[in-house]
Amino acid sequence: MDSLYFLIPIAILFIGTAVKLFFWAVNSGQYDDLETEGRRILFDEDAPGNTPAEEEGKDP
Amino acid sequence: MSSTACFHCGLPVPAGSNHSVLIGGSARPMCCPGCEAVAGAIVAGGLDNFYRYRDSRSERPEEAPQRTDRWTAYDLAEVQQQYVRPAGEGSGNLELAGLLVGGISCAACVWLIEKHLGRIDGVEKVSVNASTQRAQIAFDPAVVQPSRLFAELSRIGYRPAPATAANSEGLIQREQRAALRRLGVAGLGTMQVMMFAVALYFGASSGIESALERYLRWVSLLVATPVVLYAARPFFTAAWRSLRGRSLSMDVPVSLAIGLAYAASLYATAFDTGEVYFESISMFTFFLLLGRTVEMRARHRAGLASGGLAQLLPLTATKIDGGETASVPVAALVPGDRVLLRPGDTIPADGEVLEGESGVDESLLSGESAMRPKNIGSRVFAGSVNGDSSLVVRVTAAGQSTRLSAIERLVERAQLEKPRQVALADRVAGWFVGLVLLAALGAFAAWWQVDPDRAFWIALSVLVVTCPCALSLATPAALAAATLRLQQTGLLVAGGRLLETLPRIGRLVFDKTGTLTRGEPRLLQILLLRDGWSEQRVKDTAAALESRSNHPLARAFRPWRGNLQATGLRVHTGRGLEGAIDGERYRLGRADFAAQFTAQAAPEIPAGAGQWLLLADAGGPVAWIAVGDGLRPSANEAVRQLQAQGLQVELLSGDQSGEVARLAGAAGIRHFRAGASPEDKLAHLQRLQRDGERVLMVGDGLNDVPVLSGADASVAMMSAADLAQSRADAILLNGDLTVLPRAIALARKSRRIVRQNLAWALGYNALALPLAVCGLVPPWAAAIGMSISSLVVVLNALRLSRHHSPPPPQAGEGSYISGH
Repeated sequence: MDSLYFLIPIAILFIGTAVKLFFWAVNSGQYDDLETEGRRILFDEDAPGNTPAEEEGKDP
Repeated sequence: MSSTACFHCGLPVPAGSNHSVLIGGSARPMCCPGCEAVAGAIVAGGLDNFYRYRDSRSERPEEAPQRTDRWTAYDLAEVQQQYVRPAGEGSGNLELAGLLVGGISCAACVWLIEKHLGRIDGVEKVSVNASTQRAQIAFDPAVVQPSRLFAELSRIGYRPAPATAANSEGLIQREQRAALRRLGVAGLGTMQVMMFAVALYFGASSGIESALERYLRWVSLLVATPVVLYAARPFFTAAWRSLRGRSLSMDVPVSLAIGLAYAASLYATAFDTGEVYFESISMFTFFLLLGRTVEMRARHRAGLASGGLAQLLPLTATKIDGGETASVPVAALVPGDRVLLRPGDTIPADGEVLEGESGVDESLLSGESAMRPKNIGSRVFAGSVNGDSSLVVRVTAAGQSTRLSAIERLVERAQLEKPRQVALADRVAGWFVGLVLLAALGAFAAWWQVDPDRAFWIALSVLVVTCPCALSLATPAALAAATLRLQQTGLLVAGGRLLETLPRIGRLVFDKTGTLTRGEPRLLQILLLRDGWSEQRVKDTAAALESRSNHPLARAFRPWRGNLQATGLRVHTGRGLEGAIDGERYRLGRADFAAQFTAQAAPEIPAGAGQWLLLADAGGPVAWIAVGDGLRPSANEAVRQLQAQGLQVELLSGDQSGEVARLAGAAGIRHFRAGASPEDKLAHLQRLQRDGERVLMVGDGLNDVPVLSGADASVAMMSAADLAQSRADAILLNGDLTVLPRAIALARKSRRIVRQNLAWALGYNALALPLAVCGLVPPWAAAIGMSISSLVVVLNALRLSRHHSPPPPQAGEGSYISGH
């Protein structure tokens, strides 16, 4: 039972970190659009006839 | 019917139309030149993957006359300052444009827009939000002008507009983020405190070291404190507001329960006595916040589409100053200015025609579908659209004094006079709080006589046991579940009030144009008057003649445009068109006008639906063409089901013509009124309300906005004017009217479930209260009982999300449903 005395504070530290991470995610706008972002990964660039060349020139 | 569907917008391709685009190696059919141009632009940009990714059909693009200067007004400095701002520190001299992009239907649209705009020189970053239909574009003003962004968006089939209401959006975003943060804190906190609580429950039943129990209480306190002080703060502020307004809303008992239970638990922890209720408080806060967040998101989503009245007016006008024309911002117009209106322009201010003759579409203001002829001396109104030829207008009223603004004031008045409905739970809350406080006081007084030591703890346990968890969750949980279910069915609910009002509705009033009908003219019938002509040739000829026309009726011929070419086109305002095809001159329009061509008497107008146009050449009449607005395919079935549910259905239209009677008959509606102005509509509605009727109004135009605001409940169509959407309680997303009877059925079920929940919550309290007053409820049992009663209420509400509407899909809609 003594282990509880330091395991629980560790757990509370973890929650604190989780809350902090969650706040960061919300504040940086990650929850503003729940529909698009989850699907974006499906739109791949490797389809025939569509080279992503114009993208490479874009990003610094 | 085995007609093919347009590959771009999914509407049927009319027979004889031959537009197509090569996509992914095969020619895809297109319904109109608009879709063809948009699909062509998408494919030319190498973005044809859009058609693989998308999961809903695109919007049919509005085919406007392609004037090169259409968007240049957005480059004016006065106009830019409304929607463009510097991108901020560290990004050089980049600027950020906020655009409202109409027509975004799915995630693939976001991909398409970001890719397409991203390859314009000078555009640095594009981010599009599909749920708010907003795009933020960072661009270099030295390289690219904002008008280019507008032009490119419209080229790939979207409707761009400057997002001028940026302030309220920032507010909504902050509110949404704050709600999410609170929900996160409450959720994580609840999970942890629950874990400690399980240990404490077992400790209470099978023994626990007192040091460990104290320790667990302190850590519970540590975790529950942010939940109460941060996550539950909205309840406290709302309760305080309600108390200051001298009323008892549901927030009052909620705050009382959370506050007192927390204070008592804090006291118990600090002085190592009594009982703690941290887990109940946390879970209760979490569930309540969840319901409110769902409701808020739906409300914001509906509200975002609106930009208010200003969005209906153009940003600039062409002012004539001593022979010179110049683009000036509309805000700078003053009475006395002379303004040039080209065909297709939206009229920026009220005025009087000085030169020219044209038809003006005033449907936005009056609901009248036919063009109003205007000549020298006629009055024109801001918000209406100039039709077929140019006008010079002297401004008589601008800004706040226009007729358009008068309608807005009518809207505000209607909202003030709207019958108020107090939510059932709030009505219950009033006497419930009083009763509980009395019981607690009574218990305290009684036990003070018997056993003063226990009096405080028993009074507290009365307050905690009767914690109105289940009671206050009863309504929001059911409303949240029903709101989500309705959204899946195709009705976006903007206010929780709608679900409480719908079951009480006794009469449903439809608007005509755009609501009961598609709001778009279609070719109904062709009567050939001469041998050797086929229907196809008539369609092609008419389409060629109408190809340059801005008249609403011209849209009916859009599918066949381009099959033949006409030259020397002339518009005779209010009468018809004239032009030559392969050297032969034709006239299309009103019977007397077309027949005049050959100096013959006009033939008798045939009987039948729609507006009849005559096509004639030098040899005499060729064919009659009937054009009209058709009923939505779901209208009949919807009216039948609504009447089966015991509702009175009525048609109320601003249109003067006999069309109203005909459509009412076709849809099976017995009561109808034609030619009603916005004021008439509102007066009619208020007369009904005085007679004790509860009215659901379904409409789409600006002329419906006052009635939508004044009705007990209101639904706007997805294609409606922005203002109409923002004032309605719900938006019908897919134009399927049978969603309405389904929504009413669901609302009735949701009312049943709210009542069951309230009965359960009151029953539980009725049982627990006497036991607690007698001091018979051990606090841990009270906590478990409270949690279980809340869970029962939530689970009962969840039954709504699986609700299937009783009316089975009938044949007409069957193909639509199985198509998924």
